[in-house]
Order: sequence, then C-alpha cells, then structure tokens
Amino acid sequence: MSSDQDKLLNEVTQSDYKYGFYTDVDIDSFPKGLNEDVIRKISEKKGEPEFMLEFRLKAYRHWLTMKMPQWAHLTIPEINYQDIIYYAAPKQKVRPENLDDIDPELKATFDKLGIPLDEQKRLTGVAVDAVMDSVSVKTTFKETLAELGIIFCSFSEAVREHPDLVKKYMGTVVPYSDNFFAALNSAVFSDGSFCFIPKGVRCPMELSTYFRINAASTGQFERTLIVAEEDSYVSYLEGCTAPMRDENQLHAAIVEIVAMQNAEVKYSTVQNWYPGNKDGKGGIYNFVTKRGICKGDHSKISWTQVETGSAITWKYPSCILRGNYSTAEFYSVAVTNNHQQADTGTKMIHVGKNTKSTIVSKGISAGKSNNSYRGLVKVLKKAGNARNFSQCDSLLLGDRCGAHTFPYIEVDNKTAIVEHEATTSKIGEDQIFYCNQRGISTEDAIGLIVNGYAREVINKLPMEFAVEAQKLLQISLEGSVG
Amino acid sequence: MLSIKNLRAEIDGKEILKGIDLEVHAGEVHAIMGPNGSGKSTLAMLLAGRELANVIEGSITFMDRDLFTISPEDRAKMGIFLGFQYPVEIPGVSMVNFLKAALNEKRKYLGLDPLSASDFLKVMREKKALVEIDSRLTNRSVNEGFSGGEKKKNEIFQMAMLEPKLAILDETDSGLDIDALRIVAKGVNKLKTSENATVVITHYQRLLDYIIPDYVHVMYDGKIVKSDGKELAQELEEKGYEWIKEELAMNGIIQDKNYK
Repeated sequence: MSSDQDKLLNEVTQSDYKYGFYTDVDIDSFPKGLNEDVIRKISEKKGEPEFMLEFRLKAYRHWLTMKMPQWAHLTIPEINYQDIIYYAAPKQKVRPENLDDIDPELKATFDKLGIPLDEQKRLTGVAVDAVMDSVSVKTTFKETLAELGIIFCSFSEAVREHPDLVKKYMGTVVPYSDNFFAALNSAVFSDGSFCFIPKGVRCPMELSTYFRINAASTGQFERTLIVAEEDSYVSYLEGCTAPMRDENQLHAAIVEIVAMQNAEVKYSTVQNWYPGNKDGKGGIYNFVTKRGICKGDHSKISWTQVETGSAITWKYPSCILRGNYSTAEFYSVAVTNNHQQADTGTKMIHVGKNTKSTIVSKGISAGKSNNSYRGLVKVLKKAGNARNFSQCDSLLLGDRCGAHTFPYIEVDNKTAIVEHEATTSKIGEDQIFYCNQRGISTEDAIGLIVNGYAREVINKLPMEFAVEAQKLLQISLEGSVG
Repeated sequence: MLSIKNLRAEIDGKEILKGIDLEVHAGEVHAIMGPNGSGKSTLAMLLAGRELANVIEGSITFMDRDLFTISPEDRAKMGIFLGFQYPVEIPGVSMVNFLKAALNEKRKYLGLDPLSASDFLKVMREKKALVEIDSRLTNRSVNEGFSGGEKKKNEIFQMAMLEPKLAILDETDSGLDIDALRIVAKGVNKLKTSENATVVITHYQRLLDYIIPDYVHVMYDGKIVKSDGKELAQELEEKGYEWIKEELAMNGIIQDKNYK
C-alpha cells in the first residue's frame, strides 16, 4: 500500500522556487571574514553613534566565547564564519528620499516579488520597509504614519535619528548574551526595521518588512525592534525570499517586541527563504531569535508564522508574560519538504498573575524532511492562575519524513492550569481519491487537505497574506514525496 | 453510455469479478443487488478509477471511451459520480470550497468559465432546496463530524451539484433510517432525467421501494447471475438470496458445497 501512496504523491509535479532569481546590481561589499575591524567598518558605514559600536564589540567578544548550540533535532553542517561576507549593499550614494532616485533595477526586483515600492501601487492598508542584503532600500508611507507619531523606519535610520529610543529598548528582550546566534547578530547586524507606536495610537495600517537576500556568499543579519506604548495597537508582517544558489547562506536575525500596558502587538511571518533544491543542495540556514515581552498589565503579543522556506530553520518566537492579565499567542504552520529540516516552536514564560498563553502548532512533513516542534511552557512561582493551552499537530505525507514533538512544561505555581494536546496524522489515500472522484486532481487535493489542516493558523493572518500563505503551502508541497 | 464487457479482476491473486457484462443507457436506472462479498463495491470502485483490484480481462467503455486510459479525476469530469459507501472526512476544508473546486474543475474541462462566487452560491442554494439538505451541514467541513445518514445525504447533495451523466450509488441506503432513506431516494428521483443514468448498488430491497429501477441485476460470486425488471427485486426480498443460490445450484451454474 505504501508504494501506492508513493506513486500517488509522486504524480504531483516538481515546481521551481518562484523567487529564485538574482538581481544584477552594483554591490558595495566587504571581503569575507569577521573580526573587530569588520565590525568597526560596519558601524562606520552606518554612521552609528559610539554606544552602538560598543554594544557590537561587547557582543562580538562574548560570541567568541560561545559555541553553536547542539541541542536541536537538526543536522547542521559546520559553518565557517570566516567564509561569509558580513556587509553587502546595493550601491546607492545616499538613501533616496524620492522614489525616482531609487535604482530602477531595485524597484523592478521588488515589483517582481510583489512588493511595489511605489505607494500609489500599494494596497493602501500596508506600509513596507524593503530590505535587500544589508540595507533598507525604501520605507513607504513614512510621512503618513509620522503624522500619528508612529515611527516606522529602517533600523539604521532609527539608530541615527532616534538613538535614545533604540538605546532604551534594544537588547532588553533579547540580550546579546542570549544565545550564539543572538550574539553574532548583535555584533554584525546590518539593517532591519524599527517601529514605535506612541501611547493611545492604533496603527491604521499593517506595517511590514520584506527581507531579500540577493548577493552571493553574504549572511543576512537583520534586527527588528517594535515598541508599543500604553493602549496602542499594531499589526506587523514579515516576508522573506532569496535567490536559488548551490551554496548555503546564513540568516541570523533578532526580533524584539515590547508591549506596555493594554498594548497589543500582532506579528505575522511568512517565511519563504530558498529551501534548497530537491536533493538538499543549497538553501538558507535560518537561525532566528524572536521574543516579545508583555511588560504592562493586560498587554497582548501574538506570533503567527507560516514557515515554508529555508534548508534549516531554528526558531522559537517566544513571550515573557510579565504584566498581570497579559496574553500571548503562538500560531504556527511549518512545512518541510525534500531535505528541509525545521526545529521550531515557542517559549511561554508566565511571570505575572492571571496570565494566559495559547500555542497552536501545525507541522507538515513531506519528502525526506524532518519537522520538530519544541516548546517550553514555564510558570514561575508568583504567576498565580496562569493558564496555558497547547496543541501540537503533525501531518505526514509519505513514509520517508519525520515529525517530532518536544514539549517542556515547568510549573512552579499550584494554581496554574496547563493543557497539552497532540495529534499525528497522515493524508489518506482515501481522502485523495475522494477528491479525485469529484474531479479534483491529486495535486489540488493535497493543497486543499493541507490548507484545511492549517486553517486555524492561516485564519490568524491578515487577509491578503492569508491568500498568499495558502498558495505558498500548496507550492511548497509540490513534488512532495520524491 | 456505459458498456462493461467480460470484466474480470483480482485482488491479491483472488478473482473477485469473474466476467461481468452490463449495458447502461441514458434515462435508465439499474439496481445491482447481491449478498456481501459478491463484488459489488469492487465494481463500483473500478468504474470510478480506484484500482484496488487488478483487471485481468475485459473492457469498460463510457461515452465510447476506454475508461482504463482515463484518470479518476477526468472520469469524474466526464460525468461519472460515485456516491461512496463510506464518505471520508476532510477536516478544515469547507463544503463551499470543496464543491467550488470540484464544480469549476468540471467546468474547465467542459470549456466553460468558472462560476463567480455569487453564481456558485446561488446554485448551491437551489440544489440544497432540491435535495432537502440543511445549511447546517453545508456550512461545515467536508463530512467532518457528520452522522452516517448526514454523510449519505451529503453525497446526494454533491451529486446534485455536479449533475453527473452516470451516478453510481454504492450502498447509499446502508445506515439510513426510514426518513433519511426517503429524502435520499427523493433526491435521486428528482435528479433523474432522460439524459442521465443511475446505478444503485444495494444489499436490501427497501431502497427500491423509493427508487424504481428499470432493471435489476443480481450479483453473486463475482458474476451477474440474473437480470430482470423491477419485479426481481420484490422476488428477492420475499425469497432471499438463498433462493438464487438454490436456483443456480440446480441449474448447475454454480457449484456451492451447500447445494449439492
């Protein structure tokens, strides 16, 4: 019977990664290698104040004492950190204020990715910070947002224009010493987005950052910082793609979120870095530290992620529920196909009283891939009446892939209620045949079934991205069992 | 419309269908009856393209085309509909999305434009009324959490939506109470035209009180051993399958150790 299923799943045709093109622009880049000089040069390029350089150097010196973590259920080939370019930027004299000043090649690239930089062409509901390699190319709707007191700009710009805010919050949620990749990022981070929502303001549009790796042999190390003051609200989106290459490229990012009293931050990711080819050659190593803190009472942070890309994903968007009555959510769909590996999940740290967290994780494994959920729910001594509900589902396509679940629960308060549910299922031949009999092809049937399975998470995404994510799920699973 | 000639098929070396001949024309309703294990469902699955059994010999043509060369989804689009004995659940997939995909695939195959969302919902409303299915069911995921009877009603609803040329209803009556049976039968009768045909596979005669067949075939041990008009169903109900076996044994058609 299993050979039948293989045959069935084999019928689905192999499709190419749609974003695998490369843009031929003049690149200003450093030679390969990492040392204090390189870090000084990055800081100088960015025109950073002294405190930032010190932060970078401290992080670098700490990183030198650290070793790459080995605990994940991943097989990571050795990475030569001296063989990576740490700064690459499309050549532009100054960062253009006017759209007409942007290199047409760059504009065309983002158009092709479906991210037009022209505000007129954009759906009015979304402001975008477009980042290519080490620099932000353009941030749209900056002026409109500024009228409300919202700061939305590239991280480099924030460091120059709003150093006090950056200094106050950067590294408070993810300290540079947090882990190996966080330390590396803190030393060499290039660009990213900064977003500040002042007290009482509801951000009227979705803010989003689109990350594009373009140059070869480079690593991308972006940093995002979101601060939501009292009674504010923002919904933030992140998308990412990279060209198809035979080499592996490193992406090690940090995202920090601070939510003050009554503030709400929604962070959604559609991660579609190049996953490597069907034999497992090439692809992005995606080692990311994302963490938010519900600092004030009644604050709320929710992470939604659709992870379809990358050769290796190591990522645990987490929340510290410090404020009383604060709420945190983690909704995740992670798809692995061919030789992809993912070890992803979350950490919910309950510190305040009456805090509540929800975890919904849907793993989908196909091909020869391995997909792990790893999650920690921790309730500290003083976190009275903390509540957590976790649901971890795994769906398998074919019989050569793996799904693994590593839930950790640490509870130090007797009044806490922690629930964990888990299921593992396979797409049945019966389900596929049922669809076939109604005229739906096997490929479309798998798409339907997988989207049905992931619906609970997809529904959490802002609408236009939900549609994208649905398509992406289907594309990612084409040629699923080879 | 459908022509089955000397169809023989086996599963794991055991011959399940031992030479089936059947002709179905537009406007006809055929009933295939027979005890468990006589090969009825295997035949239904083969017609729909689920190759659980290997064909050893024979042919099936539908609309003058060799069915064996056509994929299950294309058979569906050509107008073959199978009402499943055990409809599967597809969690999270809404009936609306499912049927919209199915209907538009069929339209594409026929060279028609896809229906707009509002036109589709209009068709759905009409068909819902026709087969008397509750919106409560059509607003849910495909068969998810449906009772046995609800699943069968849902099959008839899908049949109404897809307007097949040839509908094969595999044990659609099993697990239905009398009210559900009546609704299902009424749906099938309403969908009958001079252009389409229905093959009802059933174990019991009672469905045939509501769906009046033009022909009744009795299947036994992989063969159609008796074919006649609707009276045959009545006779079977009265005398049971044992009667058929006895008759066959007496005529030397089958050799059953119980009927020497």
